[in-house]
Amino acid sequence: MSTGRSNSITEEKYQELDNYIGSLDDTRGALISVLHKAQSIFGYLPREVQRHIGEKLDIPSAKVNGVVTFYSFFTEVPKGEHLIQICMGTACFVRGAEGILSMLEQKLQIKAGQTTADGKFSIDALRCIGACGLAPVMMVDGKVYGRLTTDQIDKILAEYK
Amino acid sequence: MSEVKLTINGIDINVPEEYTILEAAKLLNIEIPTLCHLDLHDLKAVNKAASCRVCVVEVEGRRNLSPACVTKVAEGMKVQTNSPRAVRGRRTSVELLLSNHPQECLYCEKNLHCDLQKLAADLGIVGGLKYEGAMTTYEKDASSYSIKRNMDKCVLCRRCETMCNEVQTCGVLSAVDRGFETVVQPSFGLPMMETACTFCGQCAAVCPTGALSEISAVSDVWDELNNPDKYVIVQTGPAVRAALGEEFGMEPGHCVTGKMACLLRKLGFKKVFDTDFAADLTIMEEASEFAHRLQHGGKLPILTSCCPGWVKFFEHHYQDLLDIPSSCKSPHEMFGAIAKTYYAEKFGVDPAKIVVVSVMPCLAKKYEAARPELNTEGMKSVDYVITTRELAKMAKEAGIDFSHLKDEEFDNPLGESTGAAVIFGTTGGVIEAALRTAYEWLTNTTLEKVDFEALRGMEGIKEATVKVNDLDVKIAVAHGLGNARKLLDRIRSGESTYHAIEIMACPGGCIGGGGQPYHHGDIEILKARTNAIYEEDRGKPIRKSHENPYIKQLYEEFLGEPYSEKAHHLLHTHYVKREKL
Repeated sequence: MSTGRSNSITEEKYQELDNYIGSLDDTRGALISVLHKAQSIFGYLPREVQRHIGEKLDIPSAKVNGVVTFYSFFTEVPKGEHLIQICMGTACFVRGAEGILSMLEQKLQIKAGQTTADGKFSIDALRCIGACGLAPVMMVDGKVYGRLTTDQIDKILAEYK
Repeated sequence: MSEVKLTINGIDINVPEEYTILEAAKLLNIEIPTLCHLDLHDLKAVNKAASCRVCVVEVEGRRNLSPACVTKVAEGMKVQTNSPRAVRGRRTSVELLLSNHPQECLYCEKNLHCDLQKLAADLGIVGGLKYEGAMTTYEKDASSYSIKRNMDKCVLCRRCETMCNEVQTCGVLSAVDRGFETVVQPSFGLPMMETACTFCGQCAAVCPTGALSEISAVSDVWDELNNPDKYVIVQTGPAVRAALGEEFGMEPGHCVTGKMACLLRKLGFKKVFDTDFAADLTIMEEASEFAHRLQHGGKLPILTSCCPGWVKFFEHHYQDLLDIPSSCKSPHEMFGAIAKTYYAEKFGVDPAKIVVVSVMPCLAKKYEAARPELNTEGMKSVDYVITTRELAKMAKEAGIDFSHLKDEEFDNPLGESTGAAVIFGTTGGVIEAALRTAYEWLTNTTLEKVDFEALRGMEGIKEATVKVNDLDVKIAVAHGLGNARKLLDRIRSGESTYHAIEIMACPGGCIGGGGQPYHHGDIEILKARTNAIYEEDRGKPIRKSHENPYIKQLYEEFLGEPYSEKAHHLLHTHYVKREKL
């Protein structure tokens, strides 16, 4: 369990997580909220954190891993500095979201769900984000870009480089 | 309990309201095919994932087909199990499963034992696949000595998950990811060897396809048998004789001990011995250890240690209690130790040339045989472990007509056993056998009635109190690791007042082991095997381990006293703390 727990910053993060778990009245049924908390603390859910949570909540780590991999919100790899979220909901899809996504994937040389080697960008494909009037839509670090066309991608990415 | 009236295929029936359509149909002898469904009711092993949609039936007034395995009956319900729509729906489900299943039935280890294959045949799916599409492929895992995972063949029925998590509480297998990417695996996709898997093999015992199966040692054993420089001897676990006949189409519930001995000789084993001999030896050591702990204020309760799945379970989950299990090796390991020392010496055979093969109802025994601390004088005590199923395969490969074999006897001196040894094969048997001996030793009287009925049967945890001199000796028996966990938690919390506890990893004990012929979810088969074991015990002229003349001879000629230093050196072991993963 030494990996990932080597420095004091990491220790502080584990402490924060343990404090949160300790504050719960009942840890039964708390797995999802603990994972949520852990991801907000660590930024992602590495194996060591999943094992730690399993031990704390007395849940087999296989089960914890099953839940983490089931929900697309949870990630086992660190996200990039900038998070690109592209809507693949019905409205965006029919208005060409797929083309936007493949353009992004081509420009950044990663697939949806992955992070660039330099740690700069991650791409997530989402279901409807409720901005259908602006379809196709994507968000970068929460900032919304609507009525997108593929020729705008370079310019948008340049804002974050 | 109130009843409801419903109609299935035009026949009226009254059933309790908590019944499912599947259960109601069974009462009418209407067979609804199933795949993911598993219900070993008495053992509390029930899988109701309703994931395969093979048992769909038509319920009047409902738009969609209903899965019979989870749909509760209702007053006035009208069910058609074989309407064209139901049959078509069922067939589509199976065809979709087949579209993502390797088409290699002819050389799959589950060939002729596969539930999916049988369904495809029963539903008349012939002439090729209707659907084609993406196939999931995963890395195969043969990292352990016991269980092979080939998830390409998984149909996501979740039976293995139910056994691993709910029945055995090992928590090793879980589904990860979702949708088409869903796969059942150990945490983080670790190889089985790096997990807290006990190798009980209950996952493989209930897997409907070839996704989970044993790591076979058949070809290694053939190689040894064909090597003229080797002296290959065999021993058979007590539960094997109660199930082997099933592999050759014989009715469950009959011991085939004599035919099995004959078979093993025909296969070319130099000597055909019996693990039951070593079970008697185990009782000598374990009963001595129990008496010793009782008389010298030792740690109680004593826990039996014959079951390697159970041993690995407590090493992972109860590291703080490693001093309570008996230090006795399991019977087949004791056999190996004696074969390579006493037997080799007595009959002038070079121990380096002796190859010990164990035929076991168990997958964990394969792993156990590789534990280095169980070696004897630098040699493996047991060289190979094959299962009941693998022995049947060898017989078939050799073209032996099993059902027409003559009854033969085991060889001596390592083939003689008592009734006490036979009952090791079923839950409660080890502790009953130990009691038969310990009682006589501690009271210096003869035990007239050797049957301890309270310790028998399929109840998950059994208890009994036996008066030994002035002491009420409290006994408990657990089978299935979930039941074991309940007892262990009581010990850990200090609530336990037991003196001795028997634990077997597999539900039903060894008769339900992961290496036994597939029961396909039929608990009656397990009960029939248990009856066969007790019948064999009743038929034995000697039913107490300490009266076995060859065991007495072994102590006189070689070991000295039970629990002596030499016995300790050869027949006892120690346990290791292991990670919980």
